[in-house]
Amino acid sequence: MKNILSQMLLPQFHKFYIAAIILTLIFLPLLGLSQYVLRIMIMIGIYAMLAMGLNMLTGYTGQVSLGHAAFYAIGAYVSALLATTLQLNFFIAMLAGVVVAAISSLLLALTTLRLTGTYLSIATLGYGEIIRMILLNWEPVTNGPLGVRNIPRPSFLGYELTLANNGIYYLMLVLLGIISLLCYLIINSKIGRAFIAIKEDELAAQFMGIKTTGYKVLAFVISASIAGAAGSFYAHMIRYIDPNTFTFDTSILMLSIVILGGMGTFRGMYVGAAILIAFPEALRFLAAYRFVVYGLILVLMMRFRPQGLLGWRSSNPYRLSKQVSEMLAQEGNREITLKPFEGKEEAVKG
Amino acid sequence: MAFLEVKSISKHFGGLMAVDQVSFKIEKGEIISIIGPNGAGKTTIFNMLTGVYSIDAGEIDFEGKPIHNRSPQEVVSSGISRTFQNIRLFSNMRVIENVLVGTHIDTHYSFLDVLLRTKKYKKYEAENTVKAVEILRSIGLGDRIHDYADSLSYGAQRKLEIARAIATNAKVLLLDEPAAGMNPQESEELLQFIRTLRDGGYTIILIEHDMSVVMNISDRIYVIDHGKKIAEGLPDEVANNPRVIAAYLGGEKKYAENS
Repeated sequence: MKNILSQMLLPQFHKFYIAAIILTLIFLPLLGLSQYVLRIMIMIGIYAMLAMGLNMLTGYTGQVSLGHAAFYAIGAYVSALLATTLQLNFFIAMLAGVVVAAISSLLLALTTLRLTGTYLSIATLGYGEIIRMILLNWEPVTNGPLGVRNIPRPSFLGYELTLANNGIYYLMLVLLGIISLLCYLIINSKIGRAFIAIKEDELAAQFMGIKTTGYKVLAFVISASIAGAAGSFYAHMIRYIDPNTFTFDTSILMLSIVILGGMGTFRGMYVGAAILIAFPEALRFLAAYRFVVYGLILVLMMRFRPQGLLGWRSSNPYRLSKQVSEMLAQEGNREITLKPFEGKEEAVKG
Repeated sequence: MAFLEVKSISKHFGGLMAVDQVSFKIEKGEIISIIGPNGAGKTTIFNMLTGVYSIDAGEIDFEGKPIHNRSPQEVVSSGISRTFQNIRLFSNMRVIENVLVGTHIDTHYSFLDVLLRTKKYKKYEAENTVKAVEILRSIGLGDRIHDYADSLSYGAQRKLEIARAIATNAKVLLLDEPAAGMNPQESEELLQFIRTLRDGGYTIILIEHDMSVVMNISDRIYVIDHGKKIAEGLPDEVANNPRVIAAYLGGEKKYAENS
């Protein structure tokens, strides 16, 4: 039995599982799910995006942010305000939300450059509160505690995307797909390796010539941009936002997903979001006790699986591209003598 | 002019003179060793050479250019790379990924190349991966490239650190107690490997406090004690130097008082 199971989990089957999951997600709404269930699934999608973003910063680069709700809020407010006042199309408003979130994160990152570890976390916590206070008190623009109402639904080529026609759901899938792809491309490059190296050992990373400060700022900006995109999508999905959505609790929820799912993994973000968003709903029958149970689950998780639910290391071999395998095969096992680098030939000529 | 020349560098931490006017030089293709008892200031010298610490006085010239008081990244890109006394690998990364991080410095593609997977990106990734595998093969870790760094044995981890340092296109390798914690057979293998690196053209500075390890391999030995250079010369000369013997064994009264 165990043998069959381990056979089924072989790496060559992984793409079939992934394809099966994606197909299921595509066809799921056609089963006629209630709007309630659909809405929960969309919220899971939004939190998966937020977790993907925070994962770039916390899971890969090792910088803990306790104020990520700020970027979520900035994305939501910028996009919502542009759409309500200037009647901008959702996609343009969203782009603006992402850009403003990115710029504000850049400002935060540049002012906290020298901070590391806990100090950085506290600075981000403070930043999150500042943004919330601005949203609450800058009434002429943000409408203060009353929030922004009647945010238009996203429309695509003149076709309005709603919960009822599943448009919002598919938009969520597309956005989550794009964000996942971007993260995948970044992580599998020298940028991603630099991120992980910084998390593992910042001093050693410096001795590899990695400009650690620059890469930490980059991780911050990428992470905030993704949160901004998720915020913008949230605003247009829910159609009403106020500062209470973007509290410290939201930041902590994002961080919980990243840690519970498994820092530095992709699968952990989807599953973590699904569990932490669906649990409070699934536990409704416990009434007043549900958050006690919810908390207990988190405590037990950290006690027995501190690396996160899906935080295991890949047992697949490192993937060498076809080109590399060919180059290595050509080489065979010829004896190699290491020689110090003498500069590229063109450099010598110049 | 020497390849790498250290001219009376000093460093103090508060009232403590950690390194006091130490000078040495090394020619291309040499192996020199810096030895001395625990706490003598050997690692501080490495930290000054590699930009971890600024220097209070003196000068460090590499290939005729001053490299002191630069950031570690600038020192690495000038061609000096190091390993650490207490191994500092990226332990949650695979062996090959550790070496690929070493190639970071010579990988010149942009963020856009990453997102679009351009030809440039693919070329660099392919070349770097091949280079990483070659380095690992020649260092004897060719069959471990898929493993995670912390699953390697102690000796293999030390080798991986050297591989990672080589991957930065270093010309000078600073090895901080590479044989620490190795059994005699492992350290003999390591010394053999260091010799082949030297024969390939690398310039190597070793830190050790075990004299026996460096006796056979060094072109010159510098002995540091209490931040001061107390002897230099060929291995035989140093081994018979009374001040060195005193520093190690506490022979003369004068030195015994200091320690």
